[in-house]
Amino acid sequence: MSAGTVLLVEQSLNGLQFGIMLFLMAAGLTLVFGVMNVVNLAHGSLYMVGAYLCASVFAASGSFLLGVSTGIAGATLVGILFEVTVFRRIYDGDHLDHVLATFGLTLICNEVVRMIWGPTALFAAVPQGLAGQVQLMPGLSYPAYRLAIIVVGLMVAGLLYVLVNRTRLGMVIRASASNRTMAAALGVNDVVLYTIVFGLGAALAGLSGLMAAPVFAVTPGMGDNVLILSFVVVVIGGIGSVRGAFLAALLIGFVDTFGRAFLRPLLASLFAGNVADNAAPAMASLLIYALMAVVLFFRPQGLFPPRTR
Amino acid sequence: MDRTKVLAMLTVLGLALVPVAAWAFDEPFWIDLFARVAIFAIAALSLDLILGFAGLVSFGHAIYMGLGAYTVGILSYHGITAGLVHFPAAIVVSALAALMIGAISLRTSGVFFIMITLAFGQMGYFLAISINAYGGDDGLSINRQSDFGSLLRLDDLHVFYYLVIVILAALLWLGFRLVNSRFGLLLQAIRFNERRMNALGFPTFRYKLAAFVISGAVCGLAGALLANLTLFVSPSLMHWFRSGELLVMVIAGGMATLVGPVLGAIIYLMLEHVLAGLTVHWPAVLGAILLLIVLFGKQGLAGILLARKKVKEAKPHG
Repeated sequence: MSAGTVLLVEQSLNGLQFGIMLFLMAAGLTLVFGVMNVVNLAHGSLYMVGAYLCASVFAASGSFLLGVSTGIAGATLVGILFEVTVFRRIYDGDHLDHVLATFGLTLICNEVVRMIWGPTALFAAVPQGLAGQVQLMPGLSYPAYRLAIIVVGLMVAGLLYVLVNRTRLGMVIRASASNRTMAAALGVNDVVLYTIVFGLGAALAGLSGLMAAPVFAVTPGMGDNVLILSFVVVVIGGIGSVRGAFLAALLIGFVDTFGRAFLRPLLASLFAGNVADNAAPAMASLLIYALMAVVLFFRPQGLFPPRTR
Repeated sequence: MDRTKVLAMLTVLGLALVPVAAWAFDEPFWIDLFARVAIFAIAALSLDLILGFAGLVSFGHAIYMGLGAYTVGILSYHGITAGLVHFPAAIVVSALAALMIGAISLRTSGVFFIMITLAFGQMGYFLAISINAYGGDDGLSINRQSDFGSLLRLDDLHVFYYLVIVILAALLWLGFRLVNSRFGLLLQAIRFNERRMNALGFPTFRYKLAAFVISGAVCGLAGALLANLTLFVSPSLMHWFRSGELLVMVIAGGMATLVGPVLGAIIYLMLEHVLAGLTVHWPAVLGAILLLIVLFGKQGLAGILLARKKVKEAKPHG
């Protein structure tokens, strides 16, 4: 097995893992937008809540499972709290209202986290059973934890597909996304449905955050960057489309990971001197936005817009 | 003369008297604070042009401020200190960026537009972080203010302060002219019903793009002024938090009034100054205030001050 192939497989797995975490975030955003027509900037806060709760409960109790359940439950509860106290009052407002209110929520959440856990990064441990490396093929061993993220993420994506496409709740969600007034007129309790959808999105964000915790730094505001990448995913995938969010998340995950991994050696082989060292990080950070610009230029509605609208 | 213009004049007059008050109360720091306020007022004013009048919610406006500031910083870094180079360059760079960003993001509307401008704003932030030649994450110090010769010494804070106020007043005047011109009326018509304007044969995309570029250029000018005030530029200028702040200034002051954003900048930065003195967790208080504004009153301060004359407007359909 050549070193090049090993590197390629390793970076593909990294890309897959990053893409899956973005998908869990983007799926919640796109569901909430599809059903309630609300832009939620505070989605990143739910990601952060999941990460902080899981990391600190795991550290205190020693049980990763307890940490995970606290993280998901906490994010869901905070999400439902947001929905009941704030979102319900602004569903009828315009997008500017949504943006401002959720921006305010984000500011509050970041500060509350800073008050409770302090401004410095929190250490998030990898659970013992997943701490080692797995030998995938000769010459390539990959962290078990990252593999677990991929497996869990794919399973959740599958469950979400079944939930949206094969269950009664999913049918109601799709009906509301298609025409919420009509769905409500036909007897769908939209107040309860909105809370459920919001809670579902929050749970997905919390899961994404708690899985990311040992990989990235757990800091106040950690959700903000992921949030904006998820926006890119949602925009590329087509707003309101879970399938589009999945494919776009993988695309972004791969493009970003490959850009960071391979742009520098590529440039170094093309140009002499330190051009690569100077230009590669800048180009890598621009890559996904350039991709977004290209997609929007040719398809302003995104790559996979939902068929229902 | 209508009440909005009177309010604008009073506001500018009030800002012009700040150095006098600072001298009278022996608080020289006030000049520095209000120079900052007036610079952010210019940026908020530029955002109001597209947000209030054209209905375009740009959540990445800080990028133009950052680009304007970085243009001054980078030119100075390479030894070019002439103000007559700095300022035009800052305006041109941010106008070009606005042209490119606008050309792409204006192909969409509504929530797509918000997300895309936000993403482009973050792109500027991460770009600034990743370019280590110009300081990367640590930012870039500027040796001295833009050089306009002995005629206009920007290192004298009083001179600089009044330069900012004159620019703000000029922009307010130009802004009132602009929004009441044919171009401005078209923009407002597009906000109310773009489809109808299209049907009437107006190339609405071009009008919106032109407004977007003007707004970006003015915001770039604000950035160049800010670089001259702080003599330091850093990626945090372009963080999405900054773009959010600009939006808040416009909303808190009152959209589509031009003077509103100026009042908004004053309120916001004063509040920030006071709160930051009280607690390190001041963003939480600001967040709570923001929530209250959205939930309970969105006409802003200018809307309240001008309430008697307020004509009930039809809600625009975006």
